[in-house]
Amino acid sequence: MSEAQTSKMAVSDETVIKIHKMHKWYGSFHVLKDINLDVKRGERIVVCGPSGSGKSTMIRCINRLEEHQQGDIIVDGVELTNDLKNIDAIRREVGMVFQHFNLFPHLTILENLSLAPIWVKREPRKQAEETAMRYLERVKIPEQALKYPGQLSGGQQQRVAIARSLCMNPRIMLFDEPTSALDPEMIKEVLDVMIELAEEGRTMICVTHEMGFAKTVANRVIFMDGGEIIEQNEPNEFFDNPQHERTQLFLSQILAH
Amino acid sequence: MSDSREYAVGTHPDLPPPLSTSGAIGWIRGNLLSSPTNIILTVLSIYFLYKVVPPSLNWLFFDATFNGDSRQDCREASNGAGACWAFVKHRFHLFVYGFYPVEQRWRVDISFILLPLALWPVLFDKVPYRKHLLKFSIAFPFIAGWLLIGGFGLTPVSTDYFGGFMLTLVIGVTGIVFSLPIGVALALGRQSNMPVLRVICVTFIEFIRGVPLITLLFVASTMLNYFLPPGTQFNLLLRVLIMVTLFSAAYIAEVVRGGLQAIPKGQYEAADSMGLKYWQSMQKIILPQALKISIPGIVNTFIGLYKDTTLVIIIGLLDPLGIGRASLADTKWTGLTTEIYVFVAIFFFLSCFSMARYSLYLENKLHTGHKR
Repeated sequence: MSEAQTSKMAVSDETVIKIHKMHKWYGSFHVLKDINLDVKRGERIVVCGPSGSGKSTMIRCINRLEEHQQGDIIVDGVELTNDLKNIDAIRREVGMVFQHFNLFPHLTILENLSLAPIWVKREPRKQAEETAMRYLERVKIPEQALKYPGQLSGGQQQRVAIARSLCMNPRIMLFDEPTSALDPEMIKEVLDVMIELAEEGRTMICVTHEMGFAKTVANRVIFMDGGEIIEQNEPNEFFDNPQHERTQLFLSQILAH
Repeated sequence: MSDSREYAVGTHPDLPPPLSTSGAIGWIRGNLLSSPTNIILTVLSIYFLYKVVPPSLNWLFFDATFNGDSRQDCREASNGAGACWAFVKHRFHLFVYGFYPVEQRWRVDISFILLPLALWPVLFDKVPYRKHLLKFSIAFPFIAGWLLIGGFGLTPVSTDYFGGFMLTLVIGVTGIVFSLPIGVALALGRQSNMPVLRVICVTFIEFIRGVPLITLLFVASTMLNYFLPPGTQFNLLLRVLIMVTLFSAAYIAEVVRGGLQAIPKGQYEAADSMGLKYWQSMQKIILPQALKISIPGIVNTFIGLYKDTTLVIIIGLLDPLGIGRASLADTKWTGLTTEIYVFVAIFFFLSCFSMARYSLYLENKLHTGHKR
């Protein structure tokens, strides 16, 4: 997949996530400061930055795993408030993939995948399992369907986690450092799956340190530091011509070796 | 035997382990004779077993007297060398049924037969017609209650006549069956983010845990009358059942809380991010894992509860221990304390050991290759 092809892919004008003047504190610690971000449908955003810069916290606010204290977050036209109905509605539309996979160890792979469709979407079991098998084939491990997560390698587990999110057919996918807990040889198999997803035009926000991935698939790269969005740009500009000195310092550090 | 052949780099085949480390000889050498300390321990253990096991078996079986009508018969039969089981045999019905009317004892027998049938589908997976049998399991408490207490066509039997193993089983099984769900609910309440609910659960748990069971049983037998409207007939056995259940529920709650805390935060987050509601994620994701971790602690509490049923002797209910002590007053059989207590001990040991083994079986069954 070349860069030219990806950038050709259509990004609509419709805003699916709107974050407006959002702040968050942990106790008295100000973790997110005045975050403003509009995500268009079909856009693929990579968020990077040093650890502790608030990247994960920001995307975890989008599906209310963390609560923001000020400002607005509107996902797919639904405002994120304390109203449980809104939270549920948003979570049905937003899939999330975690750094440590968070598969359910007491359930088989197939049960992991079909659980939410059966209980949240009220799909018949048979249909949910067929969907699950289809997505397992897409992440290329249908033969593991009846095993337990503990019997799979890290890369396989993460692919299962991606398939599990996809089973809910979410309009937006959030990735929270999906490859950071993997051995180098397993990173590629997970990135390949993610690149395929990007090719389909699904809206994605991905916190990652994989700059190669950012260059290949992102429409926009966001750099965060100290709880603020410092700089955002399309990938070529971002990597070749960073504007802010903190961005330059960060890029020089991660690209140095 | 060592394989000293050379293989080209990258082509080394899998070889079996050396014979000296496998098989019976390997096991004995590795586990019993591996070091001087180990050898000494092995020898001492064999000597200890030699000193203890044969005399015990002689007393229990080979020199024991099984038939007779008084202690005198036992003395004559075995010179007092072995146990006088004739005494236990003579009193066996009392041990099993307590003072349940003789002509009604078939009702207890039927309950005893139905109990394992009701437990079977609950405890095991691969049971034919499990779904239908489970319905029976749910109905069993009511059937057993009807059979034992009577009414609706059966002669009513006062619970004052309950005693012996039957009483132990009634209290033990009821306590176990009801304390588990109440305990789980308390544990979840203690973890709730609703402060009022949390305070209620914490207060309840800490109060019950902070008071000895005997005190609670006394409260059940006397004090409750002060709180209830005058003239209320409130069955003593029922009060005991409630107290024992609440007591072990408080302990179960703490054991389950430990299990809940061992579940990584990521499991809650994954369930939340998929849109599962609180009860769904508890039922499908969190509790199955938390309860699995808590099995040893839960069964430990159950075993404790089961043995604590002997405390009801204090408020005048006659469990096997109470029957045993009452039997000792019989002048025909004076001085056979050991037989009585060994017999009761064997009964409790068999019950508790089965629970412990079941707990191990369950842990193995639920093990799915994950360490978390």
